[in-house]
Amino acid sequence: MEFIIYKIILISAVLGLTLLVAMYSTYAERKVAAFMQDRLGPNRAGPFGLLQPLADGIKMFMKEEIIPDVSNKVLFVLGPCIAMVTALMTGVVIPWGPDLIIGGTHYPLQITDVNIGVLYVFGVVSIGVYGIMIGGWASNNKYALLGAIRASSQMISYEVAMGLSIISIIMMTGTLSLREIVEQQAGAHWNVFYSPLAFIIFLICAFAECNRTPFDLPECETELIGGYHTEYSSMKLGFYLFAEYINMFISSAIISCVFFGGYNFPGVDSLGLSNNIMAFLHAGILFGKIFFFIFFFMWVRWTIPRFRYDQLMNLGWKGLLPLSMVNIFITGIVMYLAGKL
Amino acid sequence: MTQYFFYFLSFLAIFFAALVVLSKNPVHSVLYLILCFFSIAGHYILLNAQFLAAVHIIVYAGAIMVLFLFVLMLMNLNRDSEPPKSWQGKVAATLAAGLLLLVFTASIKGADALPSGNQPDNTVGLLTNLGKTLYNDFMLPFEVSSILFLVAMVGAVMIGKREEVSE
Repeated sequence: MEFIIYKIILISAVLGLTLLVAMYSTYAERKVAAFMQDRLGPNRAGPFGLLQPLADGIKMFMKEEIIPDVSNKVLFVLGPCIAMVTALMTGVVIPWGPDLIIGGTHYPLQITDVNIGVLYVFGVVSIGVYGIMIGGWASNNKYALLGAIRASSQMISYEVAMGLSIISIIMMTGTLSLREIVEQQAGAHWNVFYSPLAFIIFLICAFAECNRTPFDLPECETELIGGYHTEYSSMKLGFYLFAEYINMFISSAIISCVFFGGYNFPGVDSLGLSNNIMAFLHAGILFGKIFFFIFFFMWVRWTIPRFRYDQLMNLGWKGLLPLSMVNIFITGIVMYLAGKL
Repeated sequence: MTQYFFYFLSFLAIFFAALVVLSKNPVHSVLYLILCFFSIAGHYILLNAQFLAAVHIIVYAGAIMVLFLFVLMLMNLNRDSEPPKSWQGKVAATLAAGLLLLVFTASIKGADALPSGNQPDNTVGLLTNLGKTLYNDFMLPFEVSSILFLVAMVGAVMIGKREEVSE
């Protein structure tokens, strides 16, 4: 019973934190954009414009809800729901910190440590495509359908390279559990130093999976009047946009866990603090890394111009896919020479 | 507990499988098929084979069905564009399916009388055990099937290749 209550508290905390971070990512996005372009950004709602995400949310809810008459209503509503649910589901396997110890009982700061954690993430990501495809198709609009097809072919193309890039990490760590991957990187043994190529491939693929610039081709005003969400209005549109920010948060968390040591930081363990304070400190370190990567996503958005669609496909299939296979090969040879096999 | 889950998942799998056949719109059929795959993945988890469940979802629900959806959405099939099937075809299909059902039920009928083997190792579906079994005991079939996949990939690339038009 106590176990279930603890899990419910943890799930609510992770859910709340994810939504909060995603909400303030929209604010951060506009502030970063403003900074890059020498503007001020939102500064009217509350001090420093901090209430802007709330104002945006209320605006989204208040807008008129339009469901196209000819579309399939159930699927039309289902599309944004799937996008949102799959975006939130990935947070389940992320280890947010080491165990809390209260009254001699261990409380892990991870909702569940499945032994196939990495594969679970890939499974959920591969289901995420349906939110966009179903929404785009049920809109009964040619442009929305084209946008949906662009988005989903981009996502399944880059999923392949993404999956192959992480295989070198799995070869080195010998486990698919995210907690074990993080624990093996204690101190400064971060995977990024051992397999930088895998990190670069994974990062590029993460940009494509999140539909972020320079790969934000599913959304294109000049060609598609918007994208897969052309026909959506009110909070359903809000859900699609919000799911994108959640995906950004989750992929930053995965990148931090798999390549940058998760909640580990060199020197922190020798501070000699009590266990529970350490657990929160570690969680804070993980969030610091996540926030850096969210900032990186926004930074790239205003630095690199977007690709053309054929360039995107060429990069994915002819660039990243062979490169990730070469990476697996190199990892195998190095592991053999180092006597790890 | 596990037994109730088993019956629930079996009900879902059969229910969605029936809906795949019964729904008029091909896109709905594909979506029901995806739900059917999810219930089968649930069965794998009940059998303690998480790896198989995850791969099943990634490969079937996440990749193959997306391609099915692509084709169906682009063709935009509806009842008007579909040519009506001849009655001979319908009769033949019903007969063939009925015979298949007969064979299946006949094969299950005597299953109770068979001697039950040793209790199967229920940790074989876990990742490490699966990998060891696959690469030690079933090395040759594994490699042969990977060659089969390679041939299929080469074939797909050949078919998909743009034909060189001579000037």
